[in-house]
Amino acid sequence: MIDLQQIHKTFGAFTALDHVSLSIPRGRMVALLGPSGSGKTTLLRIIAGLEHADGGIIRLDGQDATDLSARDRRIGFVFQHYALFRHMTVADNVAFGLKVRPRDSRPSKDEIRERVSTLLKLVHLDGLAGRYPTQLSGGQRQRVALARALAVEPRLLLLDEPFGALDAQVRKDLRRWMRRLHDDMGLTSVFVTHDQEEALELADDVVVMSHGRIEQIGTPADIYDNPATPFVYQFLGNATRLAATVQGGTAHLNGWQIPATAPDGAAVAFIRPHDWTLEDAAAGANATLRHASVLGSSLRLDVTLEDGQDIEVDIRRDAGQAVPAAGSALRLTPNRVAVFPATA
Amino acid sequence: MTASPSLHPGQAPQTVQGAGHSPAPVPRRRSLLRRQVIPGFTLSMGITLGWLSLIVLIPLAGLVIRASGLPLDRWITVLTDTRLLAALRLSFGGALIAALINGVLGLIVAWVLVRYPFPGRKLIDSMIDLPFALPTAVAGIALSALYAPNGWLGSLLAPLGIKVAFTPLGAVVAMVFIGLPFVVRTVQPVLEDIDVELEEAAACLGASRRQTFWMVQLPTIAPALATGISLAFARAVGEYGSVIFIAGNLPRVSEIAPLLIVTRLEQYDYVGATAIATIMLAASFILLLIVNVLQKWNRDRQGGLR
Repeated sequence: MIDLQQIHKTFGAFTALDHVSLSIPRGRMVALLGPSGSGKTTLLRIIAGLEHADGGIIRLDGQDATDLSARDRRIGFVFQHYALFRHMTVADNVAFGLKVRPRDSRPSKDEIRERVSTLLKLVHLDGLAGRYPTQLSGGQRQRVALARALAVEPRLLLLDEPFGALDAQVRKDLRRWMRRLHDDMGLTSVFVTHDQEEALELADDVVVMSHGRIEQIGTPADIYDNPATPFVYQFLGNATRLAATVQGGTAHLNGWQIPATAPDGAAVAFIRPHDWTLEDAAAGANATLRHASVLGSSLRLDVTLEDGQDIEVDIRRDAGQAVPAAGSALRLTPNRVAVFPATA
Repeated sequence: MTASPSLHPGQAPQTVQGAGHSPAPVPRRRSLLRRQVIPGFTLSMGITLGWLSLIVLIPLAGLVIRASGLPLDRWITVLTDTRLLAALRLSFGGALIAALINGVLGLIVAWVLVRYPFPGRKLIDSMIDLPFALPTAVAGIALSALYAPNGWLGSLLAPLGIKVAFTPLGAVVAMVFIGLPFVVRTVQPVLEDIDVELEEAAACLGASRRQTFWMVQLPTIAPALATGISLAFARAVGEYGSVIFIAGNLPRVSEIAPLLIVTRLEQYDYVGATAIATIMLAASFILLLIVNVLQKWNRDRQGGLR
């Protein structure tokens, strides 16, 4: 169990982390998701002890670790560019964490060799023990870095943009493999990413960060279905942002009336492209089709609403269904709308 | 000064084969003139060889030709001369000790200059090069004034029974002085390029500062350090000006080989001088070749750095 309370960090005038609190239960895989500069990597480095917070408390398994050095935290860290030791073979890289242990807790040479070969088998690199890092591909290096971090049996595994430096196909394969490894070994892990797809696919919990603050914490379904802030709405998945006005608990938008909790005045509404119903235009059109394109099993409609705002609509398409012509009148009804007070 | 290892190992002109299709009937031309992907090979190689010949090879070849005229019995007399053997021992032995001292202290200086910001860093950084620029005679005079029994440092060391000036120790001190910049300047850029993440990775894996230095950082800079040490060594072997002022030049005790060459010249013994010079040339060349081959072997073993 990792518990962070009120972690605060500034670099000069820049606030990297603004009193962040977070707790990570054992066995979970957590994604720190956010754009660059949101403080996610800084948070990861503070958990690892590579950076010191200006304020706040870090507890690892109930024990105060705020002043514990990186060396004593027993936290595995996989760097974005792997930081492998170039002058050591793959096997020596993996064995490093065991070889540097104080004499009384250091495993024997045979035990180390045994453990290294088990780990290399685990990451599917058993044939490459004698190679040097420069002789490996990106995906292989990443797995060496992972095996090296796992060798010391960390209580927590941290990964900084673990798939960032890999090409698309390798990334997909590695992602799935990583999730399986996490479950099989019963790890607790936290990874940093700016790729929402990666976060949603891989993580049990997603922590969305922006400007040094946590915007929302929740399961992937949770944060996709019920984004807590406009930022999360826009950062995760597609959403059309529309201007609306709220009056007495009702938002007015292109003639629709939507119940809203936002205070009276200007507001913004978010609607996902697939949260629309297309009805018979005979009942009264409220939008005009600008362009329609077929995306396999769905139809993407670029539509202009009556009040002049442009939206994007995805609807299911059955094979052989006619594609509506540009310029035709449509009648649209939103299924799910989130309304937030307009700020700035 | 004799042949020194290149500061940028592995930058010999590369022969990269053209990837184009080759029409079958055309007979193969000489490999050097085959089409290259990187242009300008013939021209730059020509300049390289021409220049090297003019500046290095022809003078050295002249030396060897001169020495080859020496009859065998003269060689034996020269080679068994105890005065020469003592001088060679001091030149090579002293240079080795000085280079090793510079290896340790130069590394520390470079480490401090790269890793810690402190007031006056720029000033100290530029002072490192002074031994390059200063006439070596000036350095020798300054050092002998400092270390003479009545000098600032000599008078402090004298009560402890340590004599520096006018002893072999003085020669080593002068050699350390002139060799320092070689180590600092070769290690510094490599230290600057070391990824901080390597240190952080080692820390996360439980390594102490000491273990991180010995197991991660030192091996990373070792090739550059070895180059720096061999440069400092080569420089010290050939050093003349500063050493003759401080060493005292007592035959068989504190006389260096280059001085012996000059002495022979002054006695119009050109053949003797040439013989000593040839021995020094051969010994330096073999030592530097060994260092370079070792380094290349180490690089290849690791699959080529970078």
